[in-house]
Amino acid sequence: MPMTDNAVTENPTVTATATTVGSGTGTPFTRVLGIATIVSMAVLVLFGLFLSPADVVQGESVRILYIHVGTVWVAYVAFGVTALSSLAFLWKRTTSLTWDRIAGASAEVGVLFMALTLFAGALWGRLAWGKFWVWDARVTTTAFLFITYVGYLAVRGLGGSHQQRGRRSAVVALLAVLEIPLVHFSVKLWRGLHQDSSVADTTKVKLHDLMLFSLFVAVIAFTLLFAWLVIHRQRVLAMQDAIEDKGLDYALAQRRAEGEA
Amino acid sequence: MFRVARLVAAKDLRIELRSRIVTNQVLPFAAIVMVMFAFALNTEAVVEKVAPGLVWLATLFSLLILVQRSFAIETADGAMDAMRAAGVDTSGIFLGKALALAVQLAVLEVILLIAAVVLYRAQFHVGGLVLLVTTFLAATCGLALVGTLYGGLAAGVRGRETLLPLLLLPVVAPVLIGATRATEAALGTGGAVVADGWPWLGLLGVFVALFSVGGTLAFGPLIEE
Repeated sequence: MPMTDNAVTENPTVTATATTVGSGTGTPFTRVLGIATIVSMAVLVLFGLFLSPADVVQGESVRILYIHVGTVWVAYVAFGVTALSSLAFLWKRTTSLTWDRIAGASAEVGVLFMALTLFAGALWGRLAWGKFWVWDARVTTTAFLFITYVGYLAVRGLGGSHQQRGRRSAVVALLAVLEIPLVHFSVKLWRGLHQDSSVADTTKVKLHDLMLFSLFVAVIAFTLLFAWLVIHRQRVLAMQDAIEDKGLDYALAQRRAEGEA
Repeated sequence: MFRVARLVAAKDLRIELRSRIVTNQVLPFAAIVMVMFAFALNTEAVVEKVAPGLVWLATLFSLLILVQRSFAIETADGAMDAMRAAGVDTSGIFLGKALALAVQLAVLEVILLIAAVVLYRAQFHVGGLVLLVTTFLAATCGLALVGTLYGGLAAGVRGRETLLPLLLLPVVAPVLIGATRATEAALGTGGAVVADGWPWLGLLGVFVALFSVGGTLAFGPLIEE
């Protein structure tokens, strides 16, 4: 096939990943990881819904928190991974489109889990505080984080070459790291002048051992799910990039053949 | 770098002086926004109390338009590409465009403030004048820097102007919070005292410092290629 000879991709990792992955995105490792995720989720359901007791103050609604804490943990980890991968992409000695794709995959999963966090949090808030939303610094920063990374994903979708996408989105991801602490600080300062109650009061309640254990299970289960999703998504993104590169080479080869004929 | 900045800023301001887009379109827009706020809030006492916030909200909306305009003149004839091809320092372009934007914003803000006095009965007093002026200067610099940074990003790809508000508004939230509180303190809105305003000015200062450094570094990679 003469086409493969012409398949000069802008980065060697593209072809490398595309060929090793083969027909699917699963590997023995991700299969084990997937099974571990399912098992830990089952354990979480067991502990979260059946074995852990209802809260003295919050009643059964406390069980929402096992989701809420697990998802918010994953979202923060995901955005951290996005920032570090973006840094690795921009640093000349480690630059590789794989970092860019990990950043993108992680941000996608992060946005998804942030949405779940806000949703579960609003439901819990309605039950615990009687309102869906409070203007607490943490809650507000979380919402800003969500919008910021929705914007980041929009920047990733702007088009252009893969390198262009990588550079542009990496800079935006690092600007987000600059922005988020500032937003958090200013909202905190803003709330500080008002005399409303904050979340901190309710979390001071001493946790039952089984509740703590369930929270722990939730964090592990959601972290495994995050790893599984990001690995697969990263591989899908690599395939998409490879298709785009190959498609261009194929079209070029055809035009050349036309010219020679 | 600073020579380039001065030249770019002078060029942008000259274009605005001759085209009169800002005076003929953006200022009337900001004015109508101020009137619409009064319609929406209805009660005069409420409008009086939230006047500083409305001034800054109207400024943010106008900022979006000013940034679009600032980069529309660059992309229209491929001016930005030409400057890059000529090897013009990107940090200089960034600072120059931010400076021109800051001048336009400052003019706009003065007029909005006058509108707030006329329409919303905001009141000046001498004690708060220093705080008021420094707040307006700091907030204007912050908005101009961030606006130029994200404007450059959105301008690189044609027809994606819808992206700018999504990226820009979350970033300028600290400016809205800080500038509004500091202005309230300076004007004495709702019994606020001048001393309350200084911490907020500090917040604006941090914002300006972060984004002047961050923007100068990030602008080049964002607009290149």
